[in-house]
Amino acid sequence: MKAAVLVFPGSNCDTDCFHALKDVMKMSVEYVWHKERSLAKVDLVVLPGGFSYGDYLRTGAIARFSPAMEAVKKHADQGRYVIGICNGFQILLEAGLLPGAMLRNKTLSFICKRVWLKVEDVNNPFTCRLKKNGVLSVPIAHGEGNYYCDDDVLKKLQDQSRVVFRYCSQAGQLGESFNPNGSRDHIAGLVSEKRNVLGMMPHPERVSEAILGCEDGKKIWESLLAEVSS
Amino acid sequence: MAMTSLSSKITPEILQAHGITREEYERILEILGREPNITELGMFSVMWSEHCSYKNSKPVLKLFPTTGPKLLVKAGEENAGIIDIGEGYAICFKIESHNHPSAVEPFQGAATGVGGILRDIFTMGARPVLLMNSLRFGRLDNPQSRRLFSGVVSGIANYGNCIGVPTIGGEVYFHESYEGNPLVNAMCLGIVPTKEIVKGCAHGVGNPVYYVGAATGRDGLGGAAFASRELTEDSGEDRPAVQVGDPFMEKLLLEACLELIKTDALVGMQDMGAAGLTCSGCETASRGSTGIEMDLAKVPRRETGMTPYEIMLSESQERMLIIAKKGKEKIVEEIFEKWDLHAVKIGKVREGHMMRVREGEKLVAEIPAKSLADEGPVYIREEREPDYLKEAQTLDWKKLSIPTDLGVVLKKLLEHPSIASKAWVWQQYDHMVRTDTVFYPGSDAALIRIKGTSRGIAVSTDCNGLYCYLDPYEGGKIAVAEAARNVAVSGAQPLGVTNCLNFGNPMKPEVFWQFHRVVEGMTAACKALETPVTGGNVSFYNENPTGAIFPTSTIGMVGLLEKIDNRVPSFFQKEGDLVFVAGETFNEIGGSHYLMVIHQIQKGLPPRLDLDREVRLQKFLMAAANNRLMSSCHDMAEGGLSVALSECCFNPKGYLGANVPKLQRQNDLREDALYFGESQSRVVISVDPKNREKLEKLAEKMKIPFFQIGKVEGDSLKIEERIDEKVGTLAAIYEQAIPKQMTSS
Repeated sequence: MKAAVLVFPGSNCDTDCFHALKDVMKMSVEYVWHKERSLAKVDLVVLPGGFSYGDYLRTGAIARFSPAMEAVKKHADQGRYVIGICNGFQILLEAGLLPGAMLRNKTLSFICKRVWLKVEDVNNPFTCRLKKNGVLSVPIAHGEGNYYCDDDVLKKLQDQSRVVFRYCSQAGQLGESFNPNGSRDHIAGLVSEKRNVLGMMPHPERVSEAILGCEDGKKIWESLLAEVSS
Repeated sequence: MAMTSLSSKITPEILQAHGITREEYERILEILGREPNITELGMFSVMWSEHCSYKNSKPVLKLFPTTGPKLLVKAGEENAGIIDIGEGYAICFKIESHNHPSAVEPFQGAATGVGGILRDIFTMGARPVLLMNSLRFGRLDNPQSRRLFSGVVSGIANYGNCIGVPTIGGEVYFHESYEGNPLVNAMCLGIVPTKEIVKGCAHGVGNPVYYVGAATGRDGLGGAAFASRELTEDSGEDRPAVQVGDPFMEKLLLEACLELIKTDALVGMQDMGAAGLTCSGCETASRGSTGIEMDLAKVPRRETGMTPYEIMLSESQERMLIIAKKGKEKIVEEIFEKWDLHAVKIGKVREGHMMRVREGEKLVAEIPAKSLADEGPVYIREEREPDYLKEAQTLDWKKLSIPTDLGVVLKKLLEHPSIASKAWVWQQYDHMVRTDTVFYPGSDAALIRIKGTSRGIAVSTDCNGLYCYLDPYEGGKIAVAEAARNVAVSGAQPLGVTNCLNFGNPMKPEVFWQFHRVVEGMTAACKALETPVTGGNVSFYNENPTGAIFPTSTIGMVGLLEKIDNRVPSFFQKEGDLVFVAGETFNEIGGSHYLMVIHQIQKGLPPRLDLDREVRLQKFLMAAANNRLMSSCHDMAEGGLSVALSECCFNPKGYLGANVPKLQRQNDLREDALYFGESQSRVVISVDPKNREKLEKLAEKMKIPFFQIGKVEGDSLKIEERIDEKVGTLAAIYEQAIPKQMTSS
C-alpha cells in the first residue's frame, strides 16, 4: 500500500503519521510539500495535524488554498482514500470535502488527553476491521474541535450512517460529560458521502505502538491495509 | 568613513536611564578611546546588563562543576551545553526565565519565554523534542494570581502546541512570596546527531552574514535591561518592553534552519534573543575571534522611522543571525525562500576584532566585539546573613499538637494547589505530539523515547523555595538531589543539570548571601551525584513591593535510560504487589507543607540531606531498574509518606488501593513526622512478590534501609488505624482542587 503525507507550513504531526505508516505499518510512504500541484498515484493521502499557516484567520482556512489541495480533491474524486486528522479534518471542512465547521472547544481552552470513541460505523474502509459499537481509546489535542453543522446536514449524516466516531464513556455510553469539546451529536469523526474521505479530531497515530501505552489507533491503519489489498 | 553626528552628548541622566554606573562609563571611554554615541551606549548597556553579562553572579557561578566525560560543549561556551548519549546522538538542553515579562503580560511573556528557549536549542543544530517548565505564583485564592496563572499557562500552551514540540512536564507552586512576581522558567531539550552540532561562531573573513526570520520592530526594546530591574507598581508601563511571539513564524524558522544544517553552506548560527542584533553580532564575532560588519539599512523592518539605536536593541522574536560560506549564498537563500522567510545578507565577517555597524554609508557604531561580549564588568557583591534567618529556623515542634484525624490532614494536603494534580495545566499542553512521550506529565520524571534507538531521556524540574528560604545551603542541595531522584526512580541515570536561579535584588547583601549559599549547596550535590552543570540562567531583581521572592533555584535534571524497556512507572501497577519504603524517616517537620497547611507555620529547619545516603539510594534504584525488580517507584516529597502513597494509588489507567498495616518506626518518631514529614532520600516501591527476595538482597548489599509496609489491594488507602479512605474520594479531591479554584474566578 502506498501513502502520501501532505506537509503544509505549520504541520506538526506529519512526521508522526509518516512514522506510524512507514515504520510501524510498513507501508510505502512519501511526504508531499503543499506547493506540489500533482500527487503520485497513491492509495491514501494523509492530511496531518498541526497549525497549518499558524491557523491564522481560522483553522484550516488558508491551507485549503494550497496548490496540493487541488490534487487531493482529484484524488478523492477518483474514489481513493483521504484521512484528515485534527488540523487535517479542519482543512477538509474548509475545502468542502466534508460538510460542517469547527468552533472553539466549549471549555475555550486547548485540550490534550485520551478520550473514548465509540465506533458507530464499520461500513467504510477506515473501520472495516473494527467492531461496530466497540470503544477505542485515542487522544485528542485541539483548541477547536467543537464540530458544528446545521440540522439538514446532521440529518443527512445520520441517515447515511456517516458518523464514524462519537465521544463516549469507557463503557460506550453517550452523554455531555463524555464529550470533551461540545461537538454536535458528540461527533468525533465522519466520512464523505462516497465513504472514501474520513475526517477525525482524535489522533490514531499517537496510539499505534505498545510503547506509547495503547495500540487502538493501529486498527484504523489495519482496516485500510485490508481494504487496499482485497 | 568617519563616525557621524549621532554622538549627542551623553549626560548623567542618559547613563542612569541605561543603568550604567560612572565606573562602567569610565571603562567604556577607555575601551573606545572616545565618547560613545547613543547607539553604542545602548549596546554596552544591554550587553553589560546582568541578564547578558552575569556581572553580579559570575564569581559565584564559577563554583559549579562543569566538566564530565560525556560533555561535548560546556556551560557558557555556547547557547546551551551538549552531552553525548551514545549511538551517534547528543542532547542539548537549557532552562531560562521569563519572569518579568510574564508579570506584566502573562500570555506573551510566557509564550516568548518558550520561543526563546526553543531557539537556544535549535541554534545548536538540535531538533527540539521536549519542553518543560517550572512556574511559581502567589496564592491561588488571590484573583490576581489566578489571572497570571491562567495567562501564563495559555501562553506556554499557545507557543508549544503550535510549534509542535510537546510540553511533557514541570512543576507549579503557589505561595504568597511570589505574589505579583511570578516565576516562569521554561526548559527545552533537543537531540542532535553528534556530527551536526552547530557553533554560534563567525569565522572565515569575507563570509556573508545573514539576517533570517521575522522583521524587526520596536517590541522588546531594552528587554534585557528591563529584566535586570526590580518590578514596581509602575512596571505595567513597561509593556512595550515585552515582546510578542509568533509560533508559526518560529516553526518555519526552525524547519528552515535545520534544513540548512544538512547542507555544507553553514559556518555558524546564533539566535537573536535578549539584546537582539547587538548580542548575536558581538557574540559570534567574539567566539570566532574575528570582526563583523553589518549594514542596518538592509535589516527587514515592520515599522518605519526606526533609528540605529532601536534596531540594534530591538528584541523582536523569531530572528536568527547566520554566518554562511562564501560562494554558497544561493543554498541559504533558496532554503529560506522555500519557507517564505526573509534571508537578507546584511554584512560579512571581517579581519580584526571590531563590530562595525553601518546604516548605508554612515558608520553608526564601532566597538571591539570582545569588550561587548566578554569583557563586561564583574562585581563581587557584599553579602550578609539575613536577619530573618535565625528566627525562622527556630521551631519548638515539641509544643505542636498532633492532629487526631490524620485522614483529614491528608485530604487537606491533597487539596493544596502545590500538591494537587496539575492536570488542569498539562491538559492544555500538547504533551504527545512527536509520538515519543512514554511517561505523561504527572509522573516523577517525564520520559521520551528516541526513535530508532533503544534509549530514553528522563527529565525533571524541581525546587522547594521554602527550603531555600529557611536554609539556602540545604535547599540548594535538596533541589538538585530531588530532581536527580525523580529521574532515578524512573530507572534513568542522571547526566547533567541546567538551572535557573531566581532571586531578589543582588545589591541587597542578604539576597546575595542567599544566592551564594544556594549555589554552594547545589555545587555540593552536583559533585556528589556527578551531574555537571551544563548551563542555565540567573534571574535577579525578583521582588514585589513587599520584598524578595523565596530564593528559587530551579533545577532541570536530565537522565539517560540506555534501555527504555527498563523504565519504572510512578504508579502502583497491580493488585498483590508488595509495598516497600526505601530510606529512613526522621523527626523532620520543619519547612514541611504539613506544617504550612495544617499549622500555618513556615518555620524550622528543612530536612537534612545526607549526600552519601542519597547517592547510594539512587545507585540502588538504577540497579533495581536494570534488573527489572520494581513494578513502580515514587519519590516522597511535599506531604511525605501519606501523600506519596496516595499518588501511587492514582494510576491514570485505573485507581488501585493499598493496605499498609504497619509502618516502620525508627528514631523515636512523632506520628506527624512519620505520616507527613519530608525526610529526604526516601521512595515508595511496589514489588511483584516473585522479585521480593532479590530486591531485599540488593538493598542489603547496598546498605539501603528497606521495609515492607503493606500491599497493593482493594480500593481504599488504609494506613495503620489512622487513615482509611476510598481512593476515589482522595483522587477526586486531588484532581478537582485546581479546576475548582479556577472556575470560581
